Amino acid sequence: MSVTPIQAPEEVATPRARVLTVFDPLLMLAAFGLVACSLVTLKGATRNVMHGQPLYYVERQAVYAAIGLFIALVLMRVDYSRLREYKFAMYGLIIALNIVVFGAPAVRGSHRWIPLPFFQVQSSEFGKALLIASLAAFAVDRARRLHERRTTARIMLLALIPAMIVIPQPDLGTGLVYVAIAFTMLVFAGTSWKQLTALAALFVIAVTLVLAVAPALGVHVLKPYQVQRLTGFLNPSHDPRNQTYNITQSLIAIGSGGKTGRGVAHATQTTLHFLPENQTDFIFAVVGETYGFVGAAIVLSLYALLIWRALRILTMAKNLYGTLIAGGILAMIMFQVFVNVGMTIGIMPITGVPLPLMSYGGSSVLVTFIALGLLQSIHVQARVSSAGKGRALIS
Amino acid sequence: MIQLPEDRRPTLTPQLALRVAVLGSFALAMFAIIFFRLWFLQVLSGDKYLAQARVNRLRDIAVPAPRGDIVDRSGALLVDSKQAIAVQISPPDLPRTIAGKRHLYARLAKILQISTRPGRCVVEGVGVRRLAQIPCLVAQQLAKVPYQDVTIKTDVPSDVLYYLSENQSRFPGVQVQQVWLRRYPLHDLAAQLFGTVGPITPQEVKDPKYRGVSQQAIVGQSGLEWYYDRYLRGEDGVDRVQVNALGKFTGYLSESQPIRGHTLKLSVDLGLQKAGQQALAQAIQSNPPAPAGAFVAMNPTDGEVYAMGSYPTFDPNIFTKPVPESVYQRLNNASSGYPLFNRAIQSAYPTGSTFKGITSTAALQSGVWSLGDTYDDTGVYSNGPGDVRHNAGHASYGVLNIVNAIQVSSDDFFYNLGRLMNNASPKGGALQQWARAFGIGRKSGIDLGGENAGILPSPLWRTGRDKIEANCERKHHVKPAQLFTGIYSCGIADGRPWSVGDNENLAVGQGDLEATPLQLGVAYSALENGGTVIRPHVGLEVDAPDGTLLQKIDPPPARHIHINPTYLDAIRTGLHLAASTPTGTSGDVFAGWNQARYPVYGKTGTAQHLNQADQSWYVCFVPDPVRPILVVVTVEQGGFGAQAAAPAAREILSQWFMGKRGQFIAGASKTL
Repeated sequence: MSVTPIQAPEEVATPRARVLTVFDPLLMLAAFGLVACSLVTLKGATRNVMHGQPLYYVERQAVYAAIGLFIALVLMRVDYSRLREYKFAMYGLIIALNIVVFGAPAVRGSHRWIPLPFFQVQSSEFGKALLIASLAAFAVDRARRLHERRTTARIMLLALIPAMIVIPQPDLGTGLVYVAIAFTMLVFAGTSWKQLTALAALFVIAVTLVLAVAPALGVHVLKPYQVQRLTGFLNPSHDPRNQTYNITQSLIAIGSGGKTGRGVAHATQTTLHFLPENQTDFIFAVVGETYGFVGAAIVLSLYALLIWRALRILTMAKNLYGTLIAGGILAMIMFQVFVNVGMTIGIMPITGVPLPLMSYGGSSVLVTFIALGLLQSIHVQARVSSAGKGRALIS
Repeated sequence: MIQLPEDRRPTLTPQLALRVAVLGSFALAMFAIIFFRLWFLQVLSGDKYLAQARVNRLRDIAVPAPRGDIVDRSGALLVDSKQAIAVQISPPDLPRTIAGKRHLYARLAKILQISTRPGRCVVEGVGVRRLAQIPCLVAQQLAKVPYQDVTIKTDVPSDVLYYLSENQSRFPGVQVQQVWLRRYPLHDLAAQLFGTVGPITPQEVKDPKYRGVSQQAIVGQSGLEWYYDRYLRGEDGVDRVQVNALGKFTGYLSESQPIRGHTLKLSVDLGLQKAGQQALAQAIQSNPPAPAGAFVAMNPTDGEVYAMGSYPTFDPNIFTKPVPESVYQRLNNASSGYPLFNRAIQSAYPTGSTFKGITSTAALQSGVWSLGDTYDDTGVYSNGPGDVRHNAGHASYGVLNIVNAIQVSSDDFFYNLGRLMNNASPKGGALQQWARAFGIGRKSGIDLGGENAGILPSPLWRTGRDKIEANCERKHHVKPAQLFTGIYSCGIADGRPWSVGDNENLAVGQGDLEATPLQLGVAYSALENGGTVIRPHVGLEVDAPDGTLLQKIDPPPARHIHINPTYLDAIRTGLHLAASTPTGTSGDVFAGWNQARYPVYGKTGTAQHLNQADQSWYVCFVPDPVRPILVVVTVEQGGFGAQAAAPAAREILSQWFMGKRGQFIAGASKTL
């Protein structure tokens, strides 16, 4: 690890000149590696999708990544602490965006996208970044009362409101990401183990209610297909015509990849579209089929690198706000990686969660880069803040 | 807070460190689980899944979309689609052995009641073979597009369908498919306009016009079905299903619903079309040996075709099933009179005296004749000792100006104009120039396809024909000195150079001139509307299936020609006198017609053919301010214009303005 020389206070005030030397290169390396894996995988999987345009998806994904990188570079130079002032605006924006989206035309029965001239904004994705920055700010405001049960309840409630708006879009996966973000923030905010355990228990009870008790009483909180997808992974070979069919095909794809993969030309599960959504939600299965265990291991290693660096940045943050933002980002990435990969290998339920940086999609790529930009900002700020300042401690 | 000199970061509190460790361990555990699971799936069970992936097969089942309806201008149904069951053979799934195939074909022929007797079977690229009907169809399809399903029989009864479905194992490679068939509830009404539909051809598959159309699709092959195929065809749906290695259905992957084609609304008026076809048939039947004819009724200002018919005609319903070769032959030979042919746009003939309207315009506009000039028609017209001509019946009309010449249709008068306008330069003189401007010798651009451009004779055209004849004779070893001497004639041209006689013939619509009834209608439309050469069209609107307008079909006119209004007035006066006065050529045909309310401007024509009875022509228009109409009728071998064509035209006008056909009143005028 490089050691930064002691800096004079006036240099601290103008950190821009040194930003490039104090960002985290390994975090960036992991991100670039994943984008590269994404482009290579998309190139093989989508070459026949758009007639006459074999690079349609690759080109677009590359442009999204380039724009995302630019945003990350800008964020890196900004002190994330200033975001605290905008907590109400950011939180309001989450709610507004996700309500506005219901007015937008439905795409395949879903209200998830707000159409703009060049780009369709997936409001729930941007909600993730906004929720992390605002929720952390609300938590910091109550820094001295973090033990209180009311604080815990308030933070969870602040995450549940947008989650409840997002789930009927329908976007169950993102709703769960919001909950995971809030829970992880509480973990790093210092909420007592007792309260955290209680929350986990509540969650289990809620899931049981939604999946088992409520339908029995005739109340359908989730759409029937959502329930089937959530429970189907428990018995995938049961009914190949229904939703669990996706899991079966995903398992065949990954399994048939073997140690080194079947190659782009022979990956029949992908090219013949047995795999549903193979450029978005099931892209990990494409990696598994095309490049085998080796390819899957490379991708997973890059995520491990990303998560390790995020954890490290969390511990370095100069203040509680930085710690909580890093915690929220960590929750977002870990949840998405484990749920998405777990889904494709049949150990997790099917929820439409994109694999960060791998899945095709502008909103997801941009939001992930925004998150990485915030992590870099926390890193930079930690490095440039002088020895004496330190970070706000958890009392 | 303690600061370590080598690390400027603030230290972790034990509590945070613990929680970071917990989260880190959780991540590590998750990665471990994922890696073990991947190892299990990919390395330990890889072969099992690879085997499953290999038997995973897809089949796309096309769900054909119904073609859009075709309706008349008031929305009355002319053509629609009905659902039917088709029995098909999928060649790759047939039994492998020859004996197996033969047994299958025999079983299938029995339940479909198809003959198993071997017959003549023409296979593209292979030649003629003797095969029974089913193997013949399979062989023909394989020669065209391999691996495509072969339709054996369409519109099979449902008990056959049930039998096949219940005994599927006995009929490997045989499948039943829902198809849409065209239905023509009015049978032979406007039969030649609609054209036919058929399986997309290999050439069409490559054509960008048919991008996104499946290889099994049925598309328009001629007529309106071809011209407006883009709107009519709709979009086929696809059921993509998963099948195992034995071809057994194991699951749905996706499905897309077929989208019905748009409705094509025609400018055709059902009542007028009916009346026109009946009037034409009557004109033909009452003038033996007339075998055939055609008519067009259209709006002379915007080109909307109100009715168009050709006789003999046919019932297009026969084409909804695979047509046996014998039936097709019957529809395509001289003894049946080529009923598939749309004579209104595909047959070009000399037009006889109806051409005089064009000759008059050319003569006046080019200045070779003026309104005050007169010609003394003595009944004899001479180009010298070898070429002496007479009016029909040796009539002599005395001193004529151009208006009277049109009224009585004096040939001598117009021979004289032809002589005055003769020009030996390759493109000819004023007559050719004006005839071309009126659209003679070029396609009108009507939305039907297969149109005949006809021939506008000129010195250039004649030398071209001579060249073709000379080449042909040379191929048969005729020496240069003996070319055109008749030692060996190809019958294309006689080597005679362009002469004044050619131009005189053209001036009265005879000689080498060939024009379609529609071209004549377009030319007279310009006389009616003051110089706009309209682009005739049968399509009026593209509508959604529920009738809402999607697109108006209103092609712009082909061009405008400037004609001096004074000259137009004179020509129109001549045409009106011809149709309304006792001395006019069609005056008696319109006896009792309300000329004050619906003034008729009409010109008879009688075209002479070698070794054949004369062809009867009539063109007329009524410039009604609300419902203007122009009618052209021709009857092959029907005799004089006033005798067959003009009475039919009157019936069409009567239907248009009075709502009933009225009587067939044959005229007595014996002018050419």
